[in-house]
Amino acid sequence: MTPVSPALGVRGLTKRFDRPAVDALDLTVRAGEFYALLGPNGAGKTTTLRMVAGLLRPDAGAVSIFGIDALADPIAAKQIMAWVSDEPMIYDKLTPLEYLEFVAGLWGIDPQHSERSAQDLLVSLGLEPHLHERCEGFSKGMRQKVALAGALVHDPSLIILDEPLTGLDALSARHVKGLLQERVRAGSTVIMTTHILEVAERMADRIGVIAKGRLVAEGTLAELRQRNGRGDTSLEDVFIALVDTEAAAA
Amino acid sequence: MSSAADLTWFARHEIRLAWREWLEMMTGGRRRHKRAVIGLVVFAAILHLPAYAVVGRFANLTLPLDKSALIVLSSTIFLAWALMLSQAVESVTRVFYARADLDLIMSSPVRLTNIFSVRIAAIALQVTGMALLFATPFIDVLVIGGGPRWLAAFGVVIAIGLSAAAVATALTVALFRLIGPRRTRLVAQVLAAIIGAGFVIALQIAAILSYGTLSRFAVLTSDTVASFAPDTSSLLWWPARATLGDGAPLLLLLAFSLVLLGIVVTIFSPRFADTIISISANPAMASRKAKVQTFQRGSRQQALRWKEFVLLRRDPWLLSQSLMQLLYLAPPALMLWRSFSDGSAGLMLITPVIVMAAGQLAGGLAWLTISGEDAADLVATAPLSPSQVIRAKIEVVLLSIALVVAPFVIALAFASMLQAVVTALGVITATISAAAIQLWFRVQAKRSQFRRRQTSSRVATFAEAFCSIGWAATSALALAMPIAAIITGAMTLMVLATTWKISPRRE
Repeated sequence: MTPVSPALGVRGLTKRFDRPAVDALDLTVRAGEFYALLGPNGAGKTTTLRMVAGLLRPDAGAVSIFGIDALADPIAAKQIMAWVSDEPMIYDKLTPLEYLEFVAGLWGIDPQHSERSAQDLLVSLGLEPHLHERCEGFSKGMRQKVALAGALVHDPSLIILDEPLTGLDALSARHVKGLLQERVRAGSTVIMTTHILEVAERMADRIGVIAKGRLVAEGTLAELRQRNGRGDTSLEDVFIALVDTEAAAA
Repeated sequence: MSSAADLTWFARHEIRLAWREWLEMMTGGRRRHKRAVIGLVVFAAILHLPAYAVVGRFANLTLPLDKSALIVLSSTIFLAWALMLSQAVESVTRVFYARADLDLIMSSPVRLTNIFSVRIAAIALQVTGMALLFATPFIDVLVIGGGPRWLAAFGVVIAIGLSAAAVATALTVALFRLIGPRRTRLVAQVLAAIIGAGFVIALQIAAILSYGTLSRFAVLTSDTVASFAPDTSSLLWWPARATLGDGAPLLLLLAFSLVLLGIVVTIFSPRFADTIISISANPAMASRKAKVQTFQRGSRQQALRWKEFVLLRRDPWLLSQSLMQLLYLAPPALMLWRSFSDGSAGLMLITPVIVMAAGQLAGGLAWLTISGEDAADLVATAPLSPSQVIRAKIEVVLLSIALVVAPFVIALAFASMLQAVVTALGVITATISAAAIQLWFRVQAKRSQFRRRQTSSRVATFAEAFCSIGWAATSALALAMPIAAIITGAMTLMVLATTWKISPRRE
């Protein structure tokens, strides 16, 4: 039996700016998993994910997406991956439907399929009344939902989200979380950074904690609690204890 | 805080902001201020050479002047005023629509009238300061060659700067009242561009219609204009007389512009707050609907091209900023039309104008498509190679230029096939050069930063201008003196090669 390739395999990933941002990081995310990447500000979460998405070139290391070497064959890797950043990047002069048409065109998706999928996505995110309005008057939450719909319209196998819930109201956040869980149930893999620990606690199958560019802890919530020595603590307590330990060690 | 304290404190704040904005414009946002200042001083020193070439021979002008000299001098002053007015309209519009601190100011417990009085005054200072900066080399040359009486020209620059700011404020607020917040931004900015270029273009059109030449001096120095002009003792000539050192008109001009600015500040600063509130209450384009259509089949590059064309078409402000350069094509177009009937030799002049306009337009469009990508992450994470993305974007530039220039080239073909071919080749070369320079010096930016595209790289800006001029000259010489065209073409290629050599290295 051939072993199933992990959704994401990162080996010795390194990136330096003025100081090391990501320091020989190893990370494996299994297919079909909801993985939350946590860490204090400046820990290297976004840099790591930007390298995985092909937005930054690493100084060293290897990245594989479902067995595809993302550095050697970025186009094949990008075909099955989607990236959503905390700052929604959409076009003010396009409507949400037009934006999704453009994204589907970039990923080479059959227009009949993508049109139906785009409509469904936008409706499920509560954007139905705004399908044909230009995005220029949208709030940040609405723009974030359009960007998320854009990321999902081409049915990616790996969805990478950097703080996707920033700026969303409670109802919108629930829409987004529901949609992501639905995708994981359908077999997609989700990797998400977040500062809302409650979201990671409730949604993630596994959690990775990154500090100073290195993975300092990883596991299910129960495993992390166990590692912290107390079975009844919240993720917040575990997280703060881990980060404090790292800071003290430094 | 008392009113006076309010004013002083806010004036300090505005001056600091203006200084930093100016510094950023000069340094392109880099923190090499000392080098930027040295560069500026060197540039100002070098600017004395062209200034000498342009105004050196007028240094010995003395009063009284004849009508013809008065007309040329007054027109030059009016042109400078129009340019300052254009810049001031743009600054006032920016205060209304783009300043990030408006919410803070509007919610603060300070008298808004005071705040906006200072802001209008700051605009006046900024416009005047910039004008003084550009006028200094010219006035220096005149002072060195003709004596200290030319120092009065600085006073004239200050007077026209203050009056331009006053008129711009009144004009923009009036426009706002007349057409509402939605259209004011676009109309004011188009107006600003037209005011700046309009005077020169109008003179050229008059010259073509009357004398069959592109030279505006043909009109200004003509007997017809002189016969219509008022007597030499008229008030109309006061700015010209003041420039030459006549004290009384100079003092009166300064007093008039200060009073005008005072009146505008008194009348319009209380209305600024109302205007800004109206703009905030009109999230203008929130509900603009687009035509509903089904998803189209096509390649990934087609999707990119479609997106670029839609974005260009739907942003009238950006489009107007780019197409404004086409205003300069109006005179040659007119000349082309006239030349059909009489086979004028002036037809030759059309080629360099078209080539240069195409180069400039291509530079703007290439910046918009290559650097001005609002969803850079999306495009970068799409399954396309960077070269495919760049190719699709450059195709958009080439197609747009072809669309604009084709009618001129086709019209030229009816007059002279050779000239049409040379013009087409010149346009293609200038377009490719401008797009290449934008590609080598690309810096990720928002499309809304288009107005400041020149500040990101001075080298790219100058290279783009030199190449446009170079290819324009080469095209003209190819028609008139082919051997010389080889020399200018080689020189332009060298500029292009040097630009490539010094462009930033990319991964």
